[in-house]
Amino acid sequence: MNKKYKILILGLTTIIIFILFLRALNTDKVYQPNQMVNKKIPEIILEDFNNKNIKIDQHIFSQKDFVLINIWASWCVPCLIEHPFLMSLKNKSKIDIIGINYKDETTNAQNFLKKYGNPYSRIGVDKKGEVTIQLGAYGIPETYVLKKGLIVFKHIGPINEDIVNKILELKK
Amino acid sequence: MKKIIFMIIYLILSKHAISASEELKNKIYKNIRCIVCQGQSIYDSDTDFAIDLKKLISKKLENGENEKQIYDFLISRYGEWIVFNPILSFYSLALWLVPLIILAIGGFLIFRFNYKKKS
Repeated sequence: MNKKYKILILGLTTIIIFILFLRALNTDKVYQPNQMVNKKIPEIILEDFNNKNIKIDQHIFSQKDFVLINIWASWCVPCLIEHPFLMSLKNKSKIDIIGINYKDETTNAQNFLKKYGNPYSRIGVDKKGEVTIQLGAYGIPETYVLKKGLIVFKHIGPINEDIVNKILELKK
Repeated sequence: MKKIIFMIIYLILSKHAISASEELKNKIYKNIRCIVCQGQSIYDSDTDFAIDLKKLISKKLENGENEKQIYDFLISRYGEWIVFNPILSFYSLALWLVPLIILAIGGFLIFRFNYKKKS
């Protein structure tokens, strides 16, 4: 074989091996909070907060052009911090927010909403914490922005002014 | 008498089945990272999240899902990071095989070179 070809084959093999190793070793070694972003909302079934016989499933989110999912609980202190921002999103910006009440006592949750206001158009109940895992949640509070059932943005922790602006930007 | 023998066999078999499913459960628990205390597996963790995840995995196993389906589900929600042992993919397989292939080709070339030299 010609020396030129030998060098070419050796060079190509080295490049291929390098790419293979790079792809194999270049995996995420830290947590991936955005794993669910750009994915359709998975199948979920929640009990309605106001009527246990009514079920809320993923179709309710797919039908809406723009909707927020907010996971909250009355016992969660950061949820209280973000509550005024949720109220402002609902009242001022007319954004549809669906709440997921996570592992909470119904009466405590009702009292929380009475005291601080209800920003949610509907609330589903996740007593066992299964739905939050289905959604790939890391904890509460957590907020998802959905466009026709597609998760376009996710925020872990209480929302703040910056996140509100980001949500409003996404709505445009 | 037959009934007693049947019952003994049934008890032995069911005990084996239960311990096998417990073993599988624990194997999965030990391979899933707790997202709250990230150095630990959910097997070692008593956080709310770990407990919920263990319940969900147990439910999925009872529903007939296998180990791979459970890992696939969790990876789709939390990324590959959630499992301690990475899933065998084309690239990870290549990582194992390429050095061996290079070694084999190198050995063959050395052998051929020496053979030519001798002859």
